[in-house]
Amino acid sequence: MNSLWAVTLATLKKDIRLEWRSKDALNSMLFFSLLVVVIFSFSFDPTAEESRQIAGGLVWVGFLFASVVALNQTWARELRNQVLDAYRVSPAPPNSLFVAKALGNFILVSVLEAVMAPLFIVFYNLRAIGPAWQLIPIGVLGTWALVVNGTFFAAVSIRTRSREIMLPLLLFPISIPAVQAMVEATRIILMGDGSARFWIVLLLTYDVVFTTACLGLFETILHAE
Amino acid sequence: MTNTPSIITVSNVIKQFGRFAALRGVTAEFDAGRFHAILGDNGAGKTTLLRAIAGLAHPTSGTISILGKTPRTACRDIGYMAHPSLLYDEMSGMENLRYFAGLYGIAGDDTCREAIASVRLDPTLTRPVGQYSQGMRQRMSLARAILHDPRVLLLDEPFSNVDVHSAREMVGLLKTMRDAGKTIFVVTHQAQLLEGVADEFVWMQAGQIIDRTSSARAAGVGPTEGVQ
Amino acid sequence: MKRLFPILSVITAALLAYALYEAMVVAPTERTMGDVQRIFYYHVPSAWTAFLLFMVNLVASVVYLIRRNPKADALAVVCAEVGVVFCTIVLVTGPIWARPVWGIWWTWDVRLTTTLVLWLIYVSYLVLRRFSDSAQTPVLAAVLAIFGALDVPLVYFSIWFFRTQHPQPVIGGGGSLDPGMGRVLLINWLAFCCFAFLVCWSRYRLEMLQREVEEAHAMESLVGADGVSAKASLPLNRSPR
Repeated sequence: MNSLWAVTLATLKKDIRLEWRSKDALNSMLFFSLLVVVIFSFSFDPTAEESRQIAGGLVWVGFLFASVVALNQTWARELRNQVLDAYRVSPAPPNSLFVAKALGNFILVSVLEAVMAPLFIVFYNLRAIGPAWQLIPIGVLGTWALVVNGTFFAAVSIRTRSREIMLPLLLFPISIPAVQAMVEATRIILMGDGSARFWIVLLLTYDVVFTTACLGLFETILHAE
Repeated sequence: MTNTPSIITVSNVIKQFGRFAALRGVTAEFDAGRFHAILGDNGAGKTTLLRAIAGLAHPTSGTISILGKTPRTACRDIGYMAHPSLLYDEMSGMENLRYFAGLYGIAGDDTCREAIASVRLDPTLTRPVGQYSQGMRQRMSLARAILHDPRVLLLDEPFSNVDVHSAREMVGLLKTMRDAGKTIFVVTHQAQLLEGVADEFVWMQAGQIIDRTSSARAAGVGPTEGVQ
Repeated sequence: MKRLFPILSVITAALLAYALYEAMVVAPTERTMGDVQRIFYYHVPSAWTAFLLFMVNLVASVVYLIRRNPKADALAVVCAEVGVVFCTIVLVTGPIWARPVWGIWWTWDVRLTTTLVLWLIYVSYLVLRRFSDSAQTPVLAAVLAIFGALDVPLVYFSIWFFRTQHPQPVIGGGGSLDPGMGRVLLINWLAFCCFAFLVCWSRYRLEMLQREVEEAHAMESLVGADGVSAKASLPLNRSPR
């Protein structure tokens, strides 16, 4: 158990350090996120009341696109020079690698969301009528839902041709219930339209089910050959 | 103490990639503590055999046993090196080795420093590995492979694109390690580098072992030059 | 076994013809929707058949992951392909039915939407199979099938709850079913199942034949006149000493 977390933390620290050293990827992702918000704002320019109704959807679709950009580079450094082989040959538990990558993506996508959310609020004059604090668990659970499956399918897609398109192709269908939950919950909070509890519980269930599935099957994927 | 057998056994291993069979039923036993050079044309199956022993390529059929264990269970006893460096270009040599040492549960910098020093590189070098020359990169990759003191070394073309001086130093290092009891497999096109050092030369062709000799210049079936 | 195929084909053809007759002529006309409702006898059995095939795919995928038996993988791909076809039929007949009856093409009806998501998951399954390296395809696809199976109940629940908040027309009819209709429904389902079985069977045989060809190509090597590889006759187990 000790070595599991030690390797996870070491991997996460290494990834953060490497990402920080060359901020190219991060900068271009941030800019892409900004572009997404602006394009949406041009395309959907509604009144304040209408925007509150659709904002839930817009925000999360925006996050989804931005996160795909982030997820596609999850294993980029490991693919160069076939570093994954070094990992596979070592006694390090595969799940340490997976958790480290998923956490790294979670941090990265959260940063993107932290940039996009205020912009959405500004462009759409958003204001939550319901309990705004609930947006935090929705944000955390929703982001984890995208990131955990995204990291997993990124690992699957690196073994395919056209890997950049395979990731969203695999991720989107599976994410449908989670996206619906995120969007509905956000809409309910913004509109003050009842309780978002069912959707939060659904998100939590989704997260538990798929985190377990990913942890159970990552080793199979890593060694698939 | 348990009585571990002292050989590496490959039993009728077939490895198929769709229509292409890289290994067509390879059966062999390799003595431990010896230096085996694996030679053959491109496409002969040398790399696939090495990867199968390393546990990176799962045989379509057949089994491989290393010191009585499956390749994946024997991972602590295996050190693997290939033509790609298996290192992060953006980190320095020490940073790389520190990370990989962590994967093997090795704490502290001493082991890393010793490994780097043993391949005649400078542990204090802060230059990222991506900026190394090919020879330096291969040597650092070797340092990564020997970091955890494995009993079996699997090296895939360690001398390709490396200057003669570095290559000879690596061979010298490998000889020392063999003398210390390690089992070494080297896939190479440069058989002459290992003449007098390797204990045997294993010749492969079209996915099978066709000859095993004690000298690179031995009579018998040798590889022809050129690509298949 | 081979002789069984033509016999089954004839039986299936007869069954399909009979089922068609039952659906179009014998089944009672629906009170409110009229004859348009008869598409129900294609819509629902297709859905049941598709779900059945996807379940077999799931079981075959799990068996493959545990046993790594190539036959399980062949069965999985076969069921996925035929399942997608039946799923497509459901998704096409749904709107065809909905349009004249309710004036809309689509509705976020629980069953129809779940079918849509299932279709998306399995199309992505087939794309994954096509785009990945043949050595890794079975494992990757099997894992995706498991993810898909875990997803479906969640999809169903999320849409079900969504609909309780935003009620919309139900395609496929809620409530109790006239026993006359029920009988015709089952006959059609039986016919569809037989048809699906036949298609799967021939597809399976085709798949196994293709794999045999691949293996034969792969093993093609230095075989001498006596059928034994000349090189393999050297005793090469141990090193020269």
